[in-house]
Amino acid sequence: MLCQKEVNQLEKFATEIRLETLKEIKNLGFGHIGGAMSIVETLAVLYGKVMKINPKEPKWKDRDWLVVSKGHAGPAVYTALALKGYFPIEELMTLNKPKTNLPSHCDRNKTIGIDMTTGSLGQGMSTAIGIALGNRLGKKDNYTYLILGDGECDEGQVWEGALFAHHHKLDHLITFIDANKKQLDGYTKDINDLGDISQKFASFAWHAQDVNGADVVKIYKAIEKAKEIKEQPSVIILDTIKGQGIKFVEETMANHHMIFSAAEHKAAEKCIIELENKLKEYLV
Amino acid sequence: MTILLAKNNVKEDIEMRNVYCQTLIELARKNNQIVILDADLMSSMGMIPFLKEFPERTFNCGVQEANMIGIAAGLSATGKIPFAHTFATFATRRCYDQVFISGAYAKANVRIIGSDPGVTSAYNGGTHMPFEDMGIMRNIPEMTVLEPTDSVMLIDIIKQLAGLYGMFYVRLLRKNAIKIYEEGSTFEIGKAVKLKDGKDVTIIANGIMVAEALKAAYMLEEKEISTRVLDMFTLKPIDKETIITCAKETGAIVTAENHNIINGLGSAVAEVLVENIPTPMERVGVKDLFGEVGPVDYLKERFELTANDIVKKAEKVLKRK
Repeated sequence: MLCQKEVNQLEKFATEIRLETLKEIKNLGFGHIGGAMSIVETLAVLYGKVMKINPKEPKWKDRDWLVVSKGHAGPAVYTALALKGYFPIEELMTLNKPKTNLPSHCDRNKTIGIDMTTGSLGQGMSTAIGIALGNRLGKKDNYTYLILGDGECDEGQVWEGALFAHHHKLDHLITFIDANKKQLDGYTKDINDLGDISQKFASFAWHAQDVNGADVVKIYKAIEKAKEIKEQPSVIILDTIKGQGIKFVEETMANHHMIFSAAEHKAAEKCIIELENKLKEYLV
Repeated sequence: MTILLAKNNVKEDIEMRNVYCQTLIELARKNNQIVILDADLMSSMGMIPFLKEFPERTFNCGVQEANMIGIAAGLSATGKIPFAHTFATFATRRCYDQVFISGAYAKANVRIIGSDPGVTSAYNGGTHMPFEDMGIMRNIPEMTVLEPTDSVMLIDIIKQLAGLYGMFYVRLLRKNAIKIYEEGSTFEIGKAVKLKDGKDVTIIANGIMVAEALKAAYMLEEKEISTRVLDMFTLKPIDKETIITCAKETGAIVTAENHNIINGLGSAVAEVLVENIPTPMERVGVKDLFGEVGPVDYLKERFELTANDIVKKAEKVLKRK
């Protein structure tokens, strides 16, 4: 269980990730803001509390691993890494600029702290399985966390992996589905209706939980529960909003990738002030 | 590189797949990081003895080539040394983006073994007949692309690959190869082997076409055409230096491959020649066609992959000198 102080810390950390990610994308003027914002709380719980990591030793062999298969959420992951001290926070301003270490999609060879290169959807499922298998073969007790998008579940490779992970009883693989209900072209239900994602994974014999993806306490509890499950992979379906926590982005229909207009720059500036004020309210 | 040539052009007693499996077992006994992955073709690949000895290091993914390649890449991130096998068509076309992104772009460390090259997929026919696998793998940056010619070379190459880091595609004949090399030969990846010297024309071949090229060379010698033969078992990185030397010394080149002439050995050699030393050249290989069913000997005739076809092209190129 988390004590109130820890809850405050995680909520504060989530707000910091959201604020710095907004500044990062605003500075560039465009980016995959919708799907970056929807996983902010999950990143806060993982990097703020759950994951066994050492920012001073990013390749520490006994660490927990994170594969962000929806690689376009990179900007939010980079913020979490910078705030944890993997690299200076100022580096966020180089996002997508020539010779940057922070490309649009996660790249393990460019960014310190990124465990796997992703960006072609569906592929993180298999690489995360490989990492979990490799660590188990090496008799390690560490966990592999995987974040998939809901739209990403259109990819057949996700379901190939679902079959395999169950067959091999990968109980140290914990997967999140960022169910923000939208993909690039619109609502997932209008494009290729996924139906009940939780039920689908359950039918592949995964342990499945549905949680509010904006609630750090519920996300934390779901991870704790997933760790109790033996000989079965776990999935946590995060009920999220695309653009979560940034009102003008939430309200934009086409928010997978946005190019900020002058009005949106203004709206972002207002959001930045609001988030900065919110940060001051945390009693930590 | 030590090269000892076999005297007669005869078939080996042992199948390449058994040699491959035995070599991997020996390597795995010494190195516990070696793991294998298959996509429901373990029996066809002859990998059951490996499974029996190392069940915990064997992952039969079922019919999931894309997942298999991704898992192999993930395993390599944790320090494992994966060898992933399936038929060449499925090891390349079916999971190209996984090989490209999770493998090569992510700088993973995976050896992909694609079996049944070109016409040797025989009765499996057009769906299973890879005439494009080497070409599409060659298009991936930093990918090494190899086709071991016989069992002696296969053993040496597999042993080398176990100790190297990167992405490798090995095109593997499953059945018996024609013996080209004697035991004790060793090879350098990226360095062609000169099998026979000659001064009028150079035949550059790989895979099953090496034996055909040697046959063709002796047929040409009877016509008093002095013929040089190279085994270009590494398609990428291609041995530029040797190609240029042979172009200079013989002034005519014929390539021979059990593959589409588009983007395979013929293309790779042509690229070197045209940029360095434009030289008359002819290509023996599959002329932009799909495969079909039949026995290997029929298919070699059908797709013009015989010693006779090489001779014809050599005579043609000599007229262009």
